[in-house]
Amino acid sequence: MNVIEVKGLKKSYGQVHAVRGVDLSIPAGEIFALLGPNGAGKTTTVEILEGFRSRDAGQISILGFDPQTQGHAARKWRDRIGIVLQSAADAGDLTVIETVEHFSGYYSKPRNVDEVIAAVGLEDKTGALIRNLSGGQRRRLDVALGIIGSPELLFLDEPTTGFDPEARRVFWALIEQLRGDGTTILLTTHYLDEAEALADRVAVINKGLIVEVSTPTELGGRATSKALVSWRDGSQVKTEESDNPTSVIARLTTQFEGEIPELAVTRPSLEDIYLKMIGGVDE
Amino acid sequence: MNKIPSALNLGIRRGGLEIRQFARQRESVVFTLLFPVILLAIFGSVFKDTIAPGVTFSQYFVAGMIASGLVNTGFQSLAITIPMERDVGGLKRLRGTPMPASSYFIGKAILIAVSMIIQITLLFGFGLIFFGVEMPTEPSKWLTFTWLVLLGSACATALGIAFSIVPKSGRGASAVVSPIVIILQFFSGVFFVFTQLPTWMQQLAAIFPLKWLTQGMRSVFLPDSFAAQEVAKSWETGRTFLILVLWLVIGVFFSVRKFKWDRD
Repeated sequence: MNVIEVKGLKKSYGQVHAVRGVDLSIPAGEIFALLGPNGAGKTTTVEILEGFRSRDAGQISILGFDPQTQGHAARKWRDRIGIVLQSAADAGDLTVIETVEHFSGYYSKPRNVDEVIAAVGLEDKTGALIRNLSGGQRRRLDVALGIIGSPELLFLDEPTTGFDPEARRVFWALIEQLRGDGTTILLTTHYLDEAEALADRVAVINKGLIVEVSTPTELGGRATSKALVSWRDGSQVKTEESDNPTSVIARLTTQFEGEIPELAVTRPSLEDIYLKMIGGVDE
Repeated sequence: MNKIPSALNLGIRRGGLEIRQFARQRESVVFTLLFPVILLAIFGSVFKDTIAPGVTFSQYFVAGMIASGLVNTGFQSLAITIPMERDVGGLKRLRGTPMPASSYFIGKAILIAVSMIIQITLLFGFGLIFFGVEMPTEPSKWLTFTWLVLLGSACATALGIAFSIVPKSGRGASAVVSPIVIILQFFSGVFFVFTQLPTWMQQLAAIFPLKWLTQGMRSVFLPDSFAAQEVAKSWETGRTFLILVLWLVIGVFFSVRKFKWDRD
């Protein structure tokens, strides 16, 4: 059974149709990235799946539960999921370890507090007040609180916003570790390289609809798309699209009798494909 | 298979956490807990008269300060701090965990009850030493006092949580809540002798719980002979109980049904 199963999800705010019929199937253990520009319906979709928002239409099963479940069943459901929201700046007067320890008390099978703190790289900050943490450290605490309950499903909303490149690499390693534990992860991100590094599959959402679901390497026909060969001929930079860049280069080699000036072969990056899919607009 | 911790258990844990967070905000600790004492010092120094044979204004004022302490500490602080917690995303994060809303509410109630006990102790100590405030001696008065504090505290907590849905943002909360509380205190006979207020003010105040709490506290701290000077010529203890219970029910209803975890 899929961990996340969504069919025909719709949600409007007055005249604005934020989500216009989204389908998603995410099997256990997969890291799934949801990409889309602001206002595409990404946040609405995720918040409905997290049980924070109601929906107008559609069927949803998250670990076999409807996110609108109330009462004790909802507690049992939340016991099995973890949510890392975009930003939370509360509890500034508590220390890192107090907060993680307190949250661990909410769950039936919490992870070890010290291990979680170490996993997010805050072991030197256990006694620090949260208000004295840097933005990146706070974000890592958010992640610690999201995984303390050993969730089967983890929602990660823009997890590395505000991270420096090194911190992002460290964070990615943590996600790989969670993958190793079999955690299913639904990731929303603005960073295409992040989706490419982490996700098994990506979905692009635009104007309230899923445009495509694929692996990062195959999205938008990326794997089979033409390569772009560019070189300098005199004062001009010339380009040629080709399915067989090698033969283009062979031809150029004879033409130039040796070294080809400023030769480059490129294939579209995930970002190029993505921007093309959403119509080149990413506000 | 481990079980999810019970709502009460988590509520008690939340209470401990709330107290710890509160205790670390030094300015607000001092201000919240000492505010009634400061007011007693001011009013006790200004009004040195007796308002009835053997009843000093300080004695009258202590009753009012305990009652309005419940409103300040319970209602006002929650109606302001909860929107602030909501603004920074703390409530939304809590909602994403298996912790139930009731545990959050229990935690707040524990925080309010503990700060009330400290506040009352300070007020008693200060009143006894500096303003000759007399403590009741009959056990029945202490019994009334106990249920008034418990019921009043529960009522103020529930109404504070319920009212937290009104302010749109944490920044604006204080501007919405504080005037309501101050006006209520004037109307309810905290700062003035209630019977000396205009009738319309008395009648308006009688809708809200603070007037009844204050009157109830007077029944504890003033001699029974003073009851004849109340509007109804009696302490109206039974009616006070009923009205506080009614407001408690209203507060709990709106807290449970309408509580907002998220800004929008």
